[in-house]
Amino acid sequence: MAEKVFTWLDERLGLKTIYNTVLDRNVPKVNWWYTLGSASLFLFALQVVTGIFLTVYYVPSPDHAYDSVQYIMNDVTFGWLIRGIHHWGATLMVIFVFIHMLRTFYFAAYKYPREITWITGVFLLLATLGMGFTGYLLPWNQRAYWATTVGTEIPGTAPFIGEFIMRILRGGSELSAVTLARFFSVHIWFLPAIILLLIGTHMYLVIRLGISAVPRKED
Amino acid sequence: MSEPNKLERRDFVKVVLAVLGSVMGAAIAIPAVGYLLSPAMAVQKKESWISLGPLENYPIGVPTLFSFTQTTVNGWEKTVNSYGVYVTRVDETIQKVFSNMCTHLSCRVTWKEDAREYICPCHDGIFNIDGQVMDGPPPAPLQEYQTKVEEGVLYFYFVEG
Repeated sequence: MAEKVFTWLDERLGLKTIYNTVLDRNVPKVNWWYTLGSASLFLFALQVVTGIFLTVYYVPSPDHAYDSVQYIMNDVTFGWLIRGIHHWGATLMVIFVFIHMLRTFYFAAYKYPREITWITGVFLLLATLGMGFTGYLLPWNQRAYWATTVGTEIPGTAPFIGEFIMRILRGGSELSAVTLARFFSVHIWFLPAIILLLIGTHMYLVIRLGISAVPRKED
Repeated sequence: MSEPNKLERRDFVKVVLAVLGSVMGAAIAIPAVGYLLSPAMAVQKKESWISLGPLENYPIGVPTLFSFTQTTVNGWEKTVNSYGVYVTRVDETIQKVFSNMCTHLSCRVTWKEDAREYICPCHDGIFNIDGQVMDGPPPAPLQEYQTKVEEGVLYFYFVEG
């Protein structure tokens, strides 16, 4: 029965072809450093799921942001777990994406024909850092507030356009409800959308071009 | 090679995968479901004895309004609701406490001493001193609360409804 259903679906959706193309690819003999991309992808998925769950209770307003986070941590069943995973997953993701980049660099995997994979990867790293920066403000505690004050002050020191950039980041000249709202929006809509597009491209290229082998001594 | 009742390697792997998969699935599903259902599981008790102060504060035969607030906490927000009850001392020993909420559409009724009746300003509902409907659209008498007197202090059992 299950086999019949699968055959019916496969005939129409081409599931086996997807499986063969995506998972049964030919890969050179590689080592554990080559698992960092998958690890980053897994962490991203984890962040998406826990992040969606957090929006059930989190409120991006100065009146309620801190209290709603306290509510998640103290009152909601397993709230501490969901937020804990999101919190630590964020840190891990930055680390994993960064080491993934180092691996690609040191193994010279960015060269022809994989330049675009590399470039999308660079933007993925920047987007990941952007997620960390925007997410850091959301708990609206002292650390979040002052970290973002400093973090938005830094581009403000750039000559000529610095102050304008700072005003764009803050949505005004000082940190306010507007800052919190736009950081939240960027954190849950803009950056995830960009990251999904970039990951799509990145993985399409990985499948299309295959992964590069570990460089040999004579290379 | 393989004896009839022996577990095949493939089947063993299948069983192990199924068991591990179920354990991991449960480990993910239980927190997820608990997280989403959490506020629905918290039952707020909205019943309590509320003090109305010393019994002698209330004159006999004249319904007197007592206003109070109840704070409810929903998630990260506190809501303070105002309520009013009419305290009526029938004589030295019998006292009644009525909600001032009209049973028609929840407007607040007011005691009119000259007419000796409660009047609802919204649709002219009229109740007598015992909370019974005398006129107008209200479908039921005013809600009456249980009372008690302890050491000269009057209490009533507030049930939100």
